[in-house]
Amino acid sequence: MTYEPVIGLEVHVELSTKSKMFCRCSADYFGKEPNTHTCPVCLGLPGALPYINEQAIDDCIKIGLALNCTISEKSLFERKNYFYPDLPKGYQISQYRWPLCVGGKITLDSGEIIRINRAHQEEDTGKLTHKGKDTLIDFNRSGVPLVEIVTEPDFTDVEQIRDYAKKLQQLFRYLGVSNADMERGDMRLEANVSVRPEGQKELPSYRVELKNINSFRFMVAAVEYEIKRQTEALEKGEKLSQETRGWDEDKRQTYLQRSKEEAHDYRYFPEPDLPELILDQKKIEQIKKSLPELPWDKSNRYKELNIRVEDAVRVAESIELSQFFDDALKHGKKHGVKPQDIANYIVNKKPDIEKVLPTQIIEDIKDKKVGVIDNNEQLEVLAKQAIEENKKSAEDFKAGKENAIQALIGGVMRLSSGKADAGKVKEILTKLLLEIKN
Amino acid sequence: MSLSRNQVKHVAKLANLPLTPQEEEKYSEQLSKILDYIDQLNSVDTSGVEPTFNVSGQENMMSEDKLGDCTISQEDTLSNTPKEERGFFVTKGVFEG
Repeated sequence: MTYEPVIGLEVHVELSTKSKMFCRCSADYFGKEPNTHTCPVCLGLPGALPYINEQAIDDCIKIGLALNCTISEKSLFERKNYFYPDLPKGYQISQYRWPLCVGGKITLDSGEIIRINRAHQEEDTGKLTHKGKDTLIDFNRSGVPLVEIVTEPDFTDVEQIRDYAKKLQQLFRYLGVSNADMERGDMRLEANVSVRPEGQKELPSYRVELKNINSFRFMVAAVEYEIKRQTEALEKGEKLSQETRGWDEDKRQTYLQRSKEEAHDYRYFPEPDLPELILDQKKIEQIKKSLPELPWDKSNRYKELNIRVEDAVRVAESIELSQFFDDALKHGKKHGVKPQDIANYIVNKKPDIEKVLPTQIIEDIKDKKVGVIDNNEQLEVLAKQAIEENKKSAEDFKAGKENAIQALIGGVMRLSSGKADAGKVKEILTKLLLEIKN
Repeated sequence: MSLSRNQVKHVAKLANLPLTPQEEEKYSEQLSKILDYIDQLNSVDTSGVEPTFNVSGQENMMSEDKLGDCTISQEDTLSNTPKEERGFFVTKGVFEG
Protein backbone atom coordinates (compact mmCIF):
# COMPACT_ATOMS: atom_id res chain seq x y z
CA MET A 1 0.00 0.00 0.00
CA THR A 2 1.21 3.51 -0.68
CA TYR A 3 0.67 6.31 1.79
CA GLU A 4 0.22 10.03 1.34
CA PRO A 5 0.97 12.81 3.82
CA VAL A 6 -1.77 15.09 5.15
CA ILE A 7 -0.33 18.35 6.45
CA GLY A 8 -1.85 21.51 7.89
CA LEU A 9 0.13 24.62 8.83
CA GLU A 10 -0.15 27.28 11.48
CA VAL A 11 1.78 30.46 10.83
CA HIS A 12 2.34 33.09 13.51
CA VAL A 13 3.37 36.53 12.36
CA GLU A 14 4.34 39.45 14.57
CA LEU A 15 2.91 42.75 13.40
CA SER A 16 5.27 45.71 13.12
CA THR A 17 3.03 48.15 14.97
CA LYS A 18 4.58 50.89 17.07
CA SER A 19 2.88 49.82 20.30
CA LYS A 20 1.80 46.49 21.74
CA MET A 21 -1.57 44.75 21.28
CA PHE A 22 -3.20 45.72 24.57
CA CYS A 23 -0.98 48.46 26.04
CA ARG A 24 1.03 51.34 24.61
CA CYS A 25 4.50 50.00 25.43
CA SER A 26 6.86 49.92 22.45
CA ALA A 27 6.52 46.73 20.40
CA ASP A 28 10.03 47.21 18.99
CA TYR A 29 11.64 44.71 21.36
CA PHE A 30 14.32 42.99 19.26
CA GLY A 31 17.80 43.33 20.78
CA LYS A 32 16.64 45.76 23.47
CA GLU A 33 17.69 45.73 27.13
CA PRO A 34 15.47 43.08 28.84
CA ASN A 35 12.32 44.17 30.69
CA THR A 36 12.45 47.81 29.62
CA HIS A 37 9.38 47.75 27.32
CA THR A 38 7.02 46.64 30.03
CA CYS A 39 4.07 47.97 32.01
CA PRO A 40 1.41 46.61 34.39
CA VAL A 41 -0.68 45.33 31.44
CA CYS A 42 2.00 43.28 29.64
CA LEU A 43 3.49 42.14 32.96
CA GLY A 44 0.09 40.81 34.03
CA LEU A 45 -0.03 42.83 37.24
CA PRO A 46 -3.32 42.66 39.14
CA GLY A 47 -5.92 45.24 38.13
CA ALA A 48 -4.29 46.27 34.86
CA LEU A 49 -6.72 46.52 31.95
CA PRO A 50 -6.06 45.80 28.25
CA TYR A 51 -6.87 48.32 25.50
CA ILE A 52 -7.03 47.10 21.86
CA ASN A 53 -4.57 48.51 19.32
CA GLU A 54 -6.67 49.52 16.29
CA GLN A 55 -3.78 49.31 13.83
CA ALA A 56 -3.25 45.64 14.74
CA ILE A 57 -6.91 44.89 14.04
CA ASP A 58 -6.66 46.71 10.68
CA ASP A 59 -3.51 44.73 9.82
CA CYS A 60 -5.19 41.43 10.69
CA ILE A 61 -8.14 42.38 8.45
CA LYS A 62 -5.70 43.23 5.63
CA ILE A 63 -4.13 39.79 5.91
CA GLY A 64 -7.58 38.17 5.98
CA LEU A 65 -8.78 40.08 2.91
CA ALA A 66 -5.61 39.27 0.96
CA LEU A 67 -6.20 35.59 1.73
CA ASN A 68 -9.81 35.79 0.50
CA CYS A 69 -11.22 35.35 4.00
CA THR A 70 -14.62 36.54 5.16
CA ILE A 71 -14.22 39.26 7.78
CA SER A 72 -16.47 38.55 10.76
CA GLU A 73 -19.00 41.23 11.55
CA LYS A 74 -18.72 40.34 15.21
CA SER A 75 -15.44 39.29 16.71
CA LEU A 76 -14.44 38.53 20.31
CA PHE A 77 -11.28 37.94 22.27
CA GLU A 78 -11.01 35.00 24.65
CA ARG A 79 -8.64 33.90 27.38
CA LYS A 80 -6.54 30.84 26.60
CA ASN A 81 -5.50 29.57 30.00
CA TYR A 82 -2.25 27.75 30.63
CA PHE A 83 0.55 27.91 33.12
CA TYR A 84 4.00 28.71 31.80
CA PRO A 85 6.61 31.32 32.84
CA ASP A 86 6.46 33.17 29.49
CA LEU A 87 2.85 34.09 30.20
CA PRO A 88 2.62 36.43 33.20
CA LYS A 89 -1.19 36.66 33.31
CA GLY A 90 -1.67 32.88 33.33
CA TYR A 91 -3.60 33.25 30.07
CA GLN A 92 -2.99 34.53 26.59
CA ILE A 93 -5.57 36.87 25.07
CA SER A 94 -6.43 35.17 21.80
CA GLN A 95 -9.44 34.38 19.65
CA TYR A 96 -11.23 31.06 19.51
CA ARG A 97 -14.92 30.91 18.71
CA TRP A 98 -15.24 34.33 17.08
CA PRO A 99 -12.06 34.88 15.02
CA LEU A 100 -11.65 38.05 12.96
CA CYS A 101 -11.16 36.32 9.59
CA VAL A 102 -12.54 32.96 8.45
CA GLY A 103 -12.56 30.67 5.42
CA GLY A 104 -10.06 31.91 2.82
CA LYS A 105 -7.75 30.39 0.24
CA ILE A 106 -4.42 30.90 -1.49
CA THR A 107 -3.23 29.49 -4.82
CA LEU A 108 0.29 28.03 -5.02
CA ASP A 109 2.61 28.34 -8.04
CA SER A 110 1.64 24.78 -8.96
CA GLY A 111 -1.99 25.89 -9.25
CA GLU A 112 -2.97 23.88 -6.17
CA ILE A 113 -5.27 25.63 -3.73
CA ILE A 114 -4.65 25.73 0.01
CA ARG A 115 -7.74 26.53 2.03
CA ILE A 116 -7.37 28.92 4.95
CA ASN A 117 -9.42 27.99 7.99
CA ARG A 118 -8.95 31.27 9.87
CA ALA A 119 -6.72 34.24 10.62
CA HIS A 120 -7.06 35.59 14.13
CA GLN A 121 -5.54 38.21 16.38
CA GLU A 122 -3.63 37.42 19.57
CA GLU A 123 -0.64 38.55 21.62
CA ASP A 124 2.91 37.22 21.81
CA THR A 125 4.42 35.80 25.00
CA GLY A 126 7.60 36.75 26.85
CA LYS A 127 10.92 35.36 25.72
CA LEU A 128 12.57 32.57 27.72
CA THR A 129 16.28 31.82 27.72
CA HIS A 130 17.35 28.56 29.30
CA LYS A 131 20.56 28.73 31.26
CA GLY A 132 21.67 25.68 33.19
CA LYS A 133 19.06 24.95 35.84
CA ASP A 134 17.50 28.40 35.49
CA THR A 135 15.20 30.02 33.01
CA LEU A 136 15.60 33.75 32.31
CA ILE A 137 12.53 35.78 31.34
CA ASP A 138 12.31 38.96 29.29
CA PHE A 139 8.81 40.42 28.94
CA ASN A 140 9.65 42.99 26.23
CA ARG A 141 7.98 40.69 23.70
CA SER A 142 4.98 40.00 25.95
CA GLY A 143 1.89 41.51 24.34
CA VAL A 144 3.37 42.24 20.91
CA PRO A 145 0.53 41.81 18.34
CA LEU A 146 0.53 38.42 16.70
CA VAL A 147 -1.69 37.10 13.90
CA GLU A 148 -2.19 33.35 13.58
CA ILE A 149 -3.11 31.90 10.21
CA VAL A 150 -4.39 28.32 10.17
CA THR A 151 -4.79 26.26 7.00
CA GLU A 152 -6.95 23.23 6.34
CA PRO A 153 -4.92 19.98 6.06
CA ASP A 154 -4.34 20.52 2.34
CA PHE A 155 -0.57 20.09 1.99
CA THR A 156 0.80 16.83 0.66
CA ASP A 157 4.53 17.59 0.33
CA VAL A 158 7.26 19.95 1.53
CA GLU A 159 7.49 21.80 -1.79
CA GLN A 160 3.98 23.13 -1.21
CA ILE A 161 4.97 24.15 2.33
CA ARG A 162 7.99 26.04 0.98
CA ASP A 163 5.90 27.86 -1.59
CA TYR A 164 3.14 28.69 0.92
CA ALA A 165 5.59 30.06 3.50
CA LYS A 166 7.35 32.11 0.83
CA LYS A 167 4.05 33.50 -0.42
CA LEU A 168 2.87 34.46 3.05
CA GLN A 169 6.18 36.14 3.83
CA GLN A 170 5.98 38.09 0.58
CA LEU A 171 2.37 39.01 1.32
CA PHE A 172 3.18 40.35 4.83
CA ARG A 173 5.92 42.53 3.34
CA TYR A 174 3.69 43.74 0.49
CA LEU A 175 1.00 44.68 2.99
CA GLY A 176 3.63 46.34 5.18
CA VAL A 177 2.26 44.58 8.27
CA SER A 178 5.44 42.73 9.29
CA ASN A 179 9.10 42.29 8.36
CA ALA A 180 8.31 38.56 8.47
CA ASP A 181 11.94 37.73 9.15
CA MET A 182 12.04 34.07 10.14
CA GLU A 183 15.54 34.24 11.64
CA ARG A 184 14.41 36.95 14.04
CA GLY A 185 11.23 35.06 14.87
CA ASP A 186 8.86 37.59 13.26
CA MET A 187 7.30 34.67 11.43
CA ARG A 188 7.03 31.16 12.91
CA LEU A 189 5.69 27.91 11.55
CA GLU A 190 3.99 24.93 13.13
CA ALA A 191 2.93 21.85 11.21
CA ASN A 192 0.38 19.11 11.85
CA VAL A 193 1.54 16.00 10.05
CA SER A 194 -0.09 12.63 9.52
CA VAL A 195 -0.17 10.05 6.71
CA ARG A 196 -3.04 7.99 5.28
CA PRO A 197 -3.42 5.28 2.64
CA GLU A 198 -3.53 6.87 -0.81
CA GLY A 199 -7.08 7.39 -1.99
CA GLN A 200 -8.54 7.51 1.52
CA LYS A 201 -10.83 10.49 1.90
CA GLU A 202 -11.16 10.68 5.70
CA LEU A 203 -8.50 12.32 7.80
CA PRO A 204 -6.27 10.01 9.85
CA SER A 205 -7.35 9.38 13.44
CA TYR A 206 -4.17 10.96 14.84
CA ARG A 207 -1.92 13.89 14.05
CA VAL A 208 1.58 14.84 15.07
CA GLU A 209 2.15 18.47 15.94
CA LEU A 210 5.61 19.81 15.12
CA LYS A 211 6.25 22.78 17.40
CA ASN A 212 8.91 25.08 18.79
CA ILE A 213 11.08 24.68 15.71
CA ASN A 214 12.71 28.06 15.21
CA SER A 215 14.13 27.72 11.73
CA PHE A 216 12.35 27.19 8.46
CA ARG A 217 15.03 24.76 7.26
CA PHE A 218 14.62 22.62 10.40
CA MET A 219 10.83 22.66 10.01
CA VAL A 220 11.12 21.29 6.48
CA ALA A 221 13.58 18.64 7.70
CA ALA A 222 11.23 17.72 10.57
CA VAL A 223 8.23 17.37 8.24
CA GLU A 224 10.24 15.17 5.86
CA TYR A 225 11.43 13.05 8.76
CA GLU A 226 7.89 12.66 10.12
CA ILE A 227 6.45 11.60 6.76
CA LYS A 228 9.11 8.89 6.58
CA ARG A 229 8.79 7.82 10.22
CA GLN A 230 5.00 7.61 10.11
CA THR A 231 4.89 5.83 6.75
CA GLU A 232 7.34 3.21 8.00
CA ALA A 233 5.38 2.75 11.22
CA LEU A 234 2.13 2.22 9.32
CA GLU A 235 3.83 -0.20 6.92
CA LYS A 236 4.91 -2.22 9.94
CA GLY A 237 1.33 -2.19 11.16
CA GLU A 238 2.09 0.04 14.15
CA LYS A 239 -0.50 2.42 15.51
CA LEU A 240 0.41 6.11 15.64
CA SER A 241 -0.88 8.49 18.26
CA GLN A 242 -1.63 12.13 18.81
CA GLU A 243 1.47 13.88 20.13
CA THR A 244 3.69 16.96 19.97
CA ARG A 245 7.23 16.55 18.69
CA GLY A 246 10.27 18.79 18.39
CA TRP A 247 13.37 18.64 16.18
CA ASP A 248 16.82 17.51 17.29
CA GLU A 249 19.23 18.98 14.74
CA ASP A 250 22.24 17.00 16.04
CA LYS A 251 20.51 13.66 15.66
CA ARG A 252 18.54 14.89 12.61
CA GLN A 253 15.32 13.40 13.99
CA THR A 254 12.13 14.44 15.75
CA TYR A 255 11.56 13.61 19.40
CA LEU A 256 8.50 13.32 21.63
CA GLN A 257 7.67 16.48 23.59
CA ARG A 258 4.19 15.77 24.84
CA SER A 259 1.80 12.87 24.43
CA LYS A 260 -1.98 13.04 24.17
CA GLU A 261 -2.42 12.24 27.86
CA GLU A 262 -0.57 15.42 28.76
CA ALA A 263 -2.45 17.50 26.21
CA HIS A 264 -3.31 21.05 27.18
CA ASP A 265 -6.74 21.95 28.44
CA TYR A 266 -7.02 25.65 27.66
CA ARG A 267 -10.47 26.38 29.18
CA TYR A 268 -11.17 29.21 26.74
CA PHE A 269 -13.70 31.80 27.82
CA PRO A 270 -14.58 35.29 26.51
CA GLU A 271 -12.23 38.01 27.79
CA PRO A 272 -14.46 40.07 30.11
CA ASP A 273 -12.09 43.06 30.02
CA LEU A 274 -12.49 43.65 26.27
CA PRO A 275 -15.73 44.78 24.63
CA GLU A 276 -16.62 42.99 21.41
CA LEU A 277 -15.60 44.20 17.97
CA ILE A 278 -18.42 45.03 15.57
CA LEU A 279 -17.06 45.70 12.12
CA ASP A 280 -19.21 47.58 9.68
CA GLN A 281 -19.01 46.87 5.98
CA LYS A 282 -17.84 50.41 5.27
CA LYS A 283 -14.66 50.00 7.29
CA ILE A 284 -13.93 46.65 5.67
CA GLU A 285 -14.44 48.18 2.20
CA GLN A 286 -12.10 51.02 3.12
CA ILE A 287 -9.37 48.60 4.15
CA LYS A 288 -9.97 46.54 1.01
CA LYS A 289 -9.45 49.64 -1.13
CA SER A 290 -6.20 50.43 0.68
CA LEU A 291 -4.63 47.07 -0.21
CA PRO A 292 -1.81 47.18 -2.76
CA GLU A 293 -1.96 45.01 -5.86
CA LEU A 294 -0.96 41.59 -4.49
CA PRO A 295 2.20 39.79 -5.66
CA TRP A 296 0.33 36.96 -7.42
CA ASP A 297 -1.97 39.44 -9.18
CA LYS A 298 1.08 41.35 -10.32
CA SER A 299 2.87 38.32 -11.72
CA ASN A 300 -0.33 37.20 -13.44
CA ARG A 301 -0.60 40.61 -15.07
CA TYR A 302 3.03 40.37 -16.21
CA LYS A 303 2.43 36.90 -17.63
CA GLU A 304 -0.32 38.39 -19.77
CA LEU A 305 2.32 40.71 -21.26
CA ASN A 306 4.05 37.56 -22.53
CA ILE A 307 6.71 37.67 -19.86
CA ARG A 308 8.18 34.30 -18.95
CA VAL A 309 6.62 32.86 -15.78
CA GLU A 310 9.83 32.77 -13.73
CA ASP A 311 10.70 36.35 -14.73
CA ALA A 312 7.16 37.54 -13.93
CA VAL A 313 7.55 36.07 -10.45
CA ARG A 314 11.03 37.56 -10.04
CA VAL A 315 10.07 41.16 -10.87
CA ALA A 316 7.07 40.90 -8.53
CA GLU A 317 9.28 39.70 -5.67
CA SER A 318 9.04 42.91 -3.67
CA ILE A 319 6.59 45.75 -3.91
CA GLU A 320 9.45 48.19 -4.55
CA LEU A 321 10.89 46.18 -7.43
CA SER A 322 7.49 45.66 -9.03
CA GLN A 323 6.74 49.38 -8.74
CA PHE A 324 10.03 50.07 -10.50
CA PHE A 325 9.15 47.50 -13.15
CA ASP A 326 5.68 49.01 -13.65
CA ASP A 327 7.20 52.45 -14.16
CA ALA A 328 9.72 51.02 -16.61
CA LEU A 329 6.89 49.24 -18.47
CA LYS A 330 5.00 52.50 -18.87
CA HIS A 331 8.04 54.29 -20.19
CA GLY A 332 9.07 51.33 -22.33
CA LYS A 333 5.69 51.23 -24.01
CA LYS A 334 6.20 54.79 -25.25
CA HIS A 335 9.56 53.84 -26.76
CA GLY A 336 8.56 50.49 -28.16
CA VAL A 337 10.67 48.44 -25.75
CA LYS A 338 9.23 44.98 -25.18
CA PRO A 339 8.17 43.99 -21.62
CA GLN A 340 10.30 40.83 -21.76
CA ASP A 341 13.40 42.88 -22.63
CA ILE A 342 12.80 45.06 -19.59
CA ALA A 343 12.31 42.00 -17.41
CA ASN A 344 15.55 40.51 -18.77
CA TYR A 345 17.42 43.70 -18.00
CA ILE A 346 16.14 43.75 -14.41
CA VAL A 347 16.67 40.05 -13.77
CA ASN A 348 20.13 39.95 -15.33
CA LYS A 349 21.60 43.33 -14.47
CA LYS A 350 19.90 43.72 -11.10
CA PRO A 351 19.93 47.53 -11.20
CA ASP A 352 20.00 49.29 -7.82
CA ILE A 353 16.43 50.56 -7.89
CA GLU A 354 17.15 53.12 -5.21
CA LYS A 355 19.71 54.83 -7.42
CA VAL A 356 18.66 54.13 -11.00
CA LEU A 357 15.47 55.58 -12.50
CA PRO A 358 13.10 53.36 -14.49
CA THR A 359 13.45 55.78 -17.41
CA GLN A 360 17.22 55.33 -17.34
CA ILE A 361 17.07 51.60 -17.92
CA ILE A 362 14.73 52.09 -20.86
CA GLU A 363 17.26 54.52 -22.36
CA ASP A 364 19.95 51.98 -21.64
CA ILE A 365 18.07 49.18 -23.38
CA LYS A 366 17.26 51.43 -26.34
CA ASP A 367 20.60 53.17 -26.80
CA LYS A 368 23.00 50.35 -26.24
CA LYS A 369 20.60 47.88 -27.76
CA VAL A 370 21.58 45.52 -25.01
CA GLY A 371 20.28 42.44 -26.64
CA VAL A 372 20.07 39.45 -24.41
CA ILE A 373 22.35 36.60 -25.29
CA ASP A 374 20.15 33.55 -25.40
CA ASN A 375 21.94 31.65 -28.12
CA ASN A 376 22.85 28.23 -26.68
CA GLU A 377 26.20 27.85 -28.43
CA GLN A 378 27.38 31.31 -27.42
CA LEU A 379 26.26 30.69 -23.85
CA GLU A 380 27.98 27.32 -23.70
CA VAL A 381 31.31 28.90 -24.64
CA LEU A 382 30.88 31.48 -21.89
CA ALA A 383 29.77 28.82 -19.38
CA LYS A 384 32.82 26.67 -20.09
CA GLN A 385 35.07 29.68 -19.60
CA ALA A 386 33.35 30.53 -16.29
CA ILE A 387 33.85 26.96 -15.03
CA GLU A 388 37.51 27.06 -16.13
CA GLU A 389 38.02 30.29 -14.18
CA ASN A 390 36.25 29.06 -11.04
CA LYS A 391 37.05 25.39 -10.57
CA LYS A 392 36.41 25.59 -6.83
CA SER A 393 32.73 26.45 -7.28
CA ALA A 394 32.37 23.81 -9.96
CA GLU A 395 33.79 21.19 -7.56
CA ASP A 396 31.55 22.44 -4.73
CA PHE A 397 28.50 22.14 -6.93
CA LYS A 398 29.41 18.62 -7.94
CA ALA A 399 29.93 17.79 -4.25
CA GLY A 400 26.31 18.71 -3.64
CA LYS A 401 26.46 22.39 -2.73
CA GLU A 402 23.73 23.58 -5.02
CA ASN A 403 24.29 27.21 -4.14
CA ALA A 404 27.80 27.12 -5.60
CA ILE A 405 26.22 27.51 -9.02
CA GLN A 406 25.40 31.12 -8.20
CA ALA A 407 29.09 32.05 -8.37
CA LEU A 408 29.35 30.44 -11.79
CA ILE A 409 26.24 32.21 -13.05
CA GLY A 410 27.84 35.41 -11.79
CA GLY A 411 30.95 34.52 -13.80
CA VAL A 412 28.99 34.14 -17.02
CA MET A 413 27.16 37.38 -16.37
CA ARG A 414 30.49 39.16 -15.93
CA LEU A 415 31.96 37.60 -19.08
CA SER A 416 28.88 38.60 -21.06
CA SER A 417 28.75 42.10 -19.53
CA GLY A 418 25.40 41.19 -18.03
CA LYS A 419 23.80 40.29 -21.33
CA ALA A 420 23.41 36.55 -20.81
CA ASP A 421 19.96 35.14 -20.10
CA ALA A 422 20.33 34.08 -16.46
CA GLY A 423 17.68 31.37 -16.64
CA LYS A 424 19.33 29.69 -19.62
CA VAL A 425 22.79 30.12 -18.11
CA LYS A 426 21.76 28.13 -15.08
CA GLU A 427 20.34 25.37 -17.27
CA ILE A 428 23.47 25.17 -19.39
CA LEU A 429 25.83 25.28 -16.42
CA THR A 430 23.90 22.51 -14.68
CA LYS A 431 24.02 20.40 -17.81
CA LEU A 432 27.76 20.96 -18.31
CA LEU A 433 28.60 20.26 -14.67
CA LEU A 434 26.59 17.06 -14.62
CA GLU A 435 28.25 15.91 -17.84
CA ILE A 436 31.68 16.40 -16.31
CA LYS A 437 30.49 14.54 -13.23
CA ASN A 438 29.57 11.45 -15.18
CA MET B 1 -22.96 19.14 41.61
CA SER B 2 -19.93 17.32 42.88
CA LEU B 3 -16.37 17.62 41.74
CA SER B 4 -14.38 14.37 41.96
CA ARG B 5 -10.90 14.06 43.47
CA ASN B 6 -9.54 13.43 39.98
CA GLN B 7 -11.09 16.62 38.62
CA VAL B 8 -9.56 18.57 41.49
CA LYS B 9 -6.18 16.98 40.76
CA HIS B 10 -6.53 17.91 37.08
CA VAL B 11 -7.40 21.55 37.81
CA ALA B 12 -4.54 21.78 40.32
CA LYS B 13 -2.14 20.39 37.73
CA LEU B 14 -3.26 22.93 35.12
CA ALA B 15 -2.64 25.73 37.63
CA ASN B 16 0.66 24.15 38.66
CA LEU B 17 -0.47 23.92 42.31
CA PRO B 18 0.96 21.10 44.41
CA LEU B 19 -1.82 19.64 46.61
CA THR B 20 -1.54 17.11 49.43
CA PRO B 21 -4.13 14.27 49.48
CA GLN B 22 -5.82 16.05 52.43
CA GLU B 23 -6.06 19.25 50.43
CA GLU B 24 -7.49 17.41 47.44
CA GLU B 25 -10.23 16.04 49.68
CA LYS B 26 -10.86 19.42 51.29
CA TYR B 27 -10.97 21.34 48.01
CA SER B 28 -13.15 18.79 46.29
CA GLU B 29 -15.74 19.41 49.05
CA GLN B 30 -15.35 23.19 48.97
CA LEU B 31 -15.36 23.51 45.18
CA SER B 32 -18.42 21.25 44.96
CA LYS B 33 -20.25 23.59 47.31
CA ILE B 34 -19.28 26.60 45.21
CA LEU B 35 -20.58 24.84 42.11
CA ASP B 36 -23.82 24.01 43.92
CA TYR B 37 -24.23 27.67 44.74
CA ILE B 38 -23.60 28.75 41.16
CA ASP B 39 -25.87 25.93 40.00
CA GLN B 40 -28.87 27.81 41.38
CA LEU B 41 -28.59 29.98 38.27
CA ASN B 42 -29.57 26.98 36.19
CA SER B 43 -33.08 27.17 37.61
CA VAL B 44 -33.69 30.32 35.56
CA ASP B 45 -35.22 29.71 32.13
CA THR B 46 -32.79 31.30 29.65
CA SER B 47 -34.07 29.69 26.46
CA GLY B 48 -34.13 32.28 23.73
CA VAL B 49 -31.77 34.62 25.58
CA GLU B 50 -28.50 35.55 23.85
CA PRO B 51 -25.45 34.95 26.04
CA THR B 52 -23.89 38.15 27.39
CA PHE B 53 -20.13 38.28 27.63
CA ASN B 54 -19.72 41.90 28.48
CA VAL B 55 -22.03 44.01 30.59
CA SER B 56 -20.67 47.45 29.71
CA GLY B 57 -22.62 47.54 26.45
CA GLN B 58 -19.58 49.05 24.78
CA GLU B 59 -18.06 47.96 21.51
CA ASN B 60 -14.99 48.75 19.39
CA MET B 61 -13.07 50.38 22.24
CA MET B 62 -9.74 50.83 20.52
CA SER B 63 -6.67 52.98 20.87
CA GLU B 64 -4.56 54.66 18.22
CA ASP B 65 -1.22 52.93 17.62
CA LYS B 66 1.20 55.27 19.35
CA LEU B 67 3.53 55.00 22.32
CA GLY B 68 1.94 55.88 25.64
CA ASP B 69 3.29 56.65 29.06
CA CYS B 70 2.40 53.30 30.62
CA THR B 71 5.93 51.85 30.37
CA ILE B 72 7.76 51.53 33.70
CA SER B 73 11.49 51.25 34.42
CA GLN B 74 13.42 48.01 34.46
CA GLU B 75 14.04 48.56 38.16
CA ASP B 76 10.30 48.85 38.87
CA THR B 77 9.54 45.91 36.59
CA LEU B 78 11.88 43.68 38.56
CA SER B 79 11.09 45.13 41.99
CA ASN B 80 8.88 42.24 43.16
CA THR B 81 10.93 39.34 41.88
CA PRO B 82 12.82 37.19 44.40
CA LYS B 83 15.55 36.52 41.83
CA GLU B 84 16.91 38.51 38.92
CA GLU B 85 19.99 38.43 36.74
CA ARG B 86 21.25 41.13 34.35
CA GLY B 87 17.75 42.57 33.93
CA PHE B 88 16.01 39.22 33.50
CA PHE B 89 13.52 37.55 35.83
CA VAL B 90 14.95 34.21 36.94
CA THR B 91 12.75 31.19 37.47
CA LYS B 92 13.27 27.46 37.92
CA GLY B 93 14.29 25.80 34.67
CA VAL B 94 11.14 24.88 32.77
CA PHE B 95 12.74 21.72 31.43
CA GLU B 96 13.39 20.44 34.96
CA GLY B 97 9.71 19.48 35.34
